[in-house]
Amino acid sequence: MTVDDPDMPLLYALRDNLGLHGPRFGCGLGQCGSCTVHLDGRAVRSCVTPLSAVGKKKIVTLEGLGTPDKLHPVQKAFIEEQAAQCGYCINGMIMEAAAFLASNKRPSDDQIKQALTHNLCRCGTHLRIVRAVKRAAAGG
Amino acid sequence: MFAKPSRRDFLKGTGILLVSFSLPTLSKTTLAQSGPPANTKTKTVALDDVDAFLAIDPSGGVTLYSGKVDLGTGIGTALTQIVAEELDVPLARVHVIEGDTALTPAQGKTWGSLSIQNGGMQIRQAAATARHALLQEAAKRLGVPAEDLVVEEGTVRSRSGAKQVSYGELIGGKTFSLKLDKQAPLKDPASYKIVGQPVPRFDIPGKMTGQFTYMQDFKVPGMLHGRVVRPASIGSTLLGVDESSVKDVPGLVKVVRQGNFLGVVAESEWGAIRAAQKLKVTWSNWEGLPEQSKLWEYVRATKVSKDDVTSNVGNAEPALEQAAKRLNATYNFAVHTHGSMGPSCAVAEIKDGKLSCWSSSQATHDLRQQLAAMLSMPDTDVRGIYLEGSGCYGRNGHEDAAADAVLLARAVERPVRVQWMRADEHGWDPKGPPTLMDLQAGLDATGNVIAWYSQLYVPEGAIGNVKLVAAELAGLPHETGMVPGNVIQNTAIPYTFPNVRTVAHRLAETPFRPSWIRAPGRMQNTFCNESFMDELAAAVGADPLEFRLRYLNDPRGVDLLKRLASFAQWQSRKSPKQKGGDVATGRGLTYVKYELARTYVGAVADVEVNRKSGEIRVKHFAVVQDCGQIINPDGVKNQVEGNVTQTVSRVLKEEVTFDRSRVTSLNWASYPILTFPEMPDVDIDLIDRPTEKPWGVGEPSAAVVPSAISNAVFDAVGVRLRSVPFTPARVRAAIESA
Repeated sequence: MTVDDPDMPLLYALRDNLGLHGPRFGCGLGQCGSCTVHLDGRAVRSCVTPLSAVGKKKIVTLEGLGTPDKLHPVQKAFIEEQAAQCGYCINGMIMEAAAFLASNKRPSDDQIKQALTHNLCRCGTHLRIVRAVKRAAAGG
Repeated sequence: MFAKPSRRDFLKGTGILLVSFSLPTLSKTTLAQSGPPANTKTKTVALDDVDAFLAIDPSGGVTLYSGKVDLGTGIGTALTQIVAEELDVPLARVHVIEGDTALTPAQGKTWGSLSIQNGGMQIRQAAATARHALLQEAAKRLGVPAEDLVVEEGTVRSRSGAKQVSYGELIGGKTFSLKLDKQAPLKDPASYKIVGQPVPRFDIPGKMTGQFTYMQDFKVPGMLHGRVVRPASIGSTLLGVDESSVKDVPGLVKVVRQGNFLGVVAESEWGAIRAAQKLKVTWSNWEGLPEQSKLWEYVRATKVSKDDVTSNVGNAEPALEQAAKRLNATYNFAVHTHGSMGPSCAVAEIKDGKLSCWSSSQATHDLRQQLAAMLSMPDTDVRGIYLEGSGCYGRNGHEDAAADAVLLARAVERPVRVQWMRADEHGWDPKGPPTLMDLQAGLDATGNVIAWYSQLYVPEGAIGNVKLVAAELAGLPHETGMVPGNVIQNTAIPYTFPNVRTVAHRLAETPFRPSWIRAPGRMQNTFCNESFMDELAAAVGADPLEFRLRYLNDPRGVDLLKRLASFAQWQSRKSPKQKGGDVATGRGLTYVKYELARTYVGAVADVEVNRKSGEIRVKHFAVVQDCGQIINPDGVKNQVEGNVTQTVSRVLKEEVTFDRSRVTSLNWASYPILTFPEMPDVDIDLIDRPTEKPWGVGEPSAAVVPSAISNAVFDAVGVRLRSVPFTPARVRAAIESA
C-alpha cells in the first residue's frame, strides 16, 4: 500500500486502502471512539493518528481481534448480551474494552465505566455494553 | 444470485388465482455490487399485493420485502419473527430486504413508532394471506381438506402425517399473484412459538466482527469521494471560490459549485477531506438568527400563523377565574440535535439517465420523489436503496447527504460517495425546534383540580418531507414549508378534569430548519404536562401517584400505574422530602399514554442533587410499559433502555448553541452527551398482552424521562426545573432563588 500524504490519519488507510469495516469515522477529532484500533495492544483513535506515527507498530482492528468463527471473548460477550442498537460505536466499545481487560482482568462496574468514559454511544446501549464487558471479564 | 424473471405462467388454485413467475432471489450485497438498473420493473411493490411483501423460492427460502427499515432498533429481526410465525417457517429461512424503491412497498416513513404497529401488521396480513393460499393449494394437491392440514417448518402435512408437501414445492418457483386479504385468518396468539420470544438480532454478530456493511462501508466500482463545503453562515451567499487554493491536493477531480451549493470531489476520501479543508471561499455575512440569550422572547414574539385547539372540555378560562387557587408555570425545552454517532453518508450514481442513490434514509420512497423533483426528472428514473447507517433518531442528515451525493455525482459524471464531517452533522442536520409552553390550573377550595389551560408555542407544519439542504443551496426545486413532525401530540392530557383547554400556537418561523427527533413534541409536551401535574399534586399535598389515579379514568392506565407502584416500591407521601445535606436524594413519578391512543409508559426516577455544585445524578429509572402484544421482549427492552439513556442525556446536558450566524456547538466537546459514568441503571417491567394489537416502542418511553427527572429534583431539593437542559448552573440558580 502506498499513500501520498504521511499526515493522512490511519483510519482512512484502514478503511479506504485496506477495505476494513471495523474502525469507523465518527468525529475525526478523537472525541467519540468509533475509530478505535489497537497499536501494539494499546487502544488508540485512528482518526487522529497520522500514518507517520504508526511506524512498525502492530495494528489490530475489530476484524483482527476475532472472526465470526473464532470470536474474541469480548465480541462473544457483546453478542450474548445483545449489546448494540445501530452498532456504529461498537467497534470502539469492543476495542477499548479488549485493551482494558488485557490489563485489568477483574474490573468493577465503576472501573469499566471509567475505562469507557471517552467512548460515546448515542443509542443508549451503555447498560448492555457494561454487562457485556463484565461477562467477558468473568470468562463468558 | 440476481436471477432474471424467466417465465410467467398461471396456476389455478382452489378458488384462488395464483398468477406466478419465477422471482429473483436477491441479497442486498449482491444488489449493491451489481449496480442495478434504476428502473426495475420486474417486481410489484403495490401495497395490496402479497408479492410486494413476500416471496418463497423453490427451496423454501422466504424473502420479506419491507418498506419499513431497521434504523438500528432491531425491527428487521422483529419483522422476521412476525413472518416466520405467521407462515410457520424457521426464522433462519427468512431473509429481509428493506427500503428499496424497486423492490419494497411504500409503507411510509420509518418514524413515529409505527414500524411494527402499522408496517408489521401489513406484513403479518400478507403472510396470513400467503399461508391461507398455500394451504388451499396443498389441500388440492394432497387431496386432504385444508382444515385437516398443519404447517411445520414450511411443510404442510396432513394431521395423520401420511401426506406432506413443502411451501417450496407448492410455490414451484412462482409468485403468489394474490391481493392482500385483510380478512385472511391470523394465527391464534396462544399458539405463537416465535413471536413473543427474545430472539437474538441477526445483524448483531456481523456488527461485532466488522463483517456488517453499513452505508458508510458501501462502495460501487469507479466511485469517487465527495465532501461538502457549507456556507459560513446559515444564510450566506457564495461570493467567490479560489480554486488555486486546492490545486496541489492529490487526486482532486473537481470543485463543484451550483448557486450556494459547494463541494469537492477527489479520487480518495482523504483527498476530498483535504480539499474541503483547504478550499478558500468567500461568503457573505449573514446574521439572521436570534440572540440565543433571548430565544424565548424571540419565540413569544414570533408571528402566530394559526391556533390548533387539541382539546377543549368544559370551559377552562372562566373556570380558572373562579378557582380558589391558581397555579401558573412556563416550561421550555432547548433546541436539540439528533447527534448520530456516524455522520450522514450516501452514494449516488447516474447511469444512462437513471439515478441510483444508496442512503440510510428513513424513507427511500419519499426521498426518491425529492431527488427526482430536485433534478426535474421522472421519479421512475430514480431508485432509492436503503443501507443501514448510524442510528438517526428521527430525520437527521441522511437525506441531505443523499442530495449532496446526487449533485456531486451529476457534476462529475461518476458515482460519488459523500460522508459528512462531524461539523456538518452537528451544524446542518435539521433540529428539534425550541418548545415553549405556558400552563395554568385552577383548584377549588378542597383541592380538586377544576381547570387546566395550556398554550404551546411551536413551529407550524406537521409531517411530510423536510427540504433538502443541497436543493435549497443550489436553487433547485425543493419544499418550502416547515416540517417539524406532529409536535402538538400529547398536548392534550389523559386526566379527567372538568375544564380543559389545550392550544398550540403555531409559529410562522423558527430559527433552524426543523424536523422530528425521537418522540417529537410528545417528549417536550409530556415534560410540561407531567411536571405541572406534579406541581398540582404538591400544591394540594398529595402523593403524586395517588393524585394521578384520582383523575385517571382508563383501566389500562390505572393498571399500569399500580404496577409501577409495586415495581418501583413506591411509598405514598407528598413531595418534597425533608431537606437533607449538601447531596439530597429524591424520586419522581410520571406517566404517558402515547398520543392518548397507544403505548402506556410510567416511570420513577431516583436522583441525587448536589446543592452546592448544582449537579444532578440520575441514579435509577424504573419503567413499566404496556405496548400490547410484544414481538421481541429483548428488543423492546433495548429500546426502552436506549430511550431512557438518550433522554437523560438530553435533559441533563444537551442544547444546541448558536450565534447570530450559525450553530456553534459543532462537535462532542461543545455539544456534550451522557457518558458511561453518568448513566442511570434502568429496570424495566413489560406488561405483555399477547391478544392485543402491538403498539410502538421506539419513542414512547422517551416521553416520560424529562418530567420524571424534574419531579425527582423537586422531591430532593424543593425547586422546579422548568427549562431543559437541567445544567448545574440552572440548578444552582433555581436553588439560590428558592
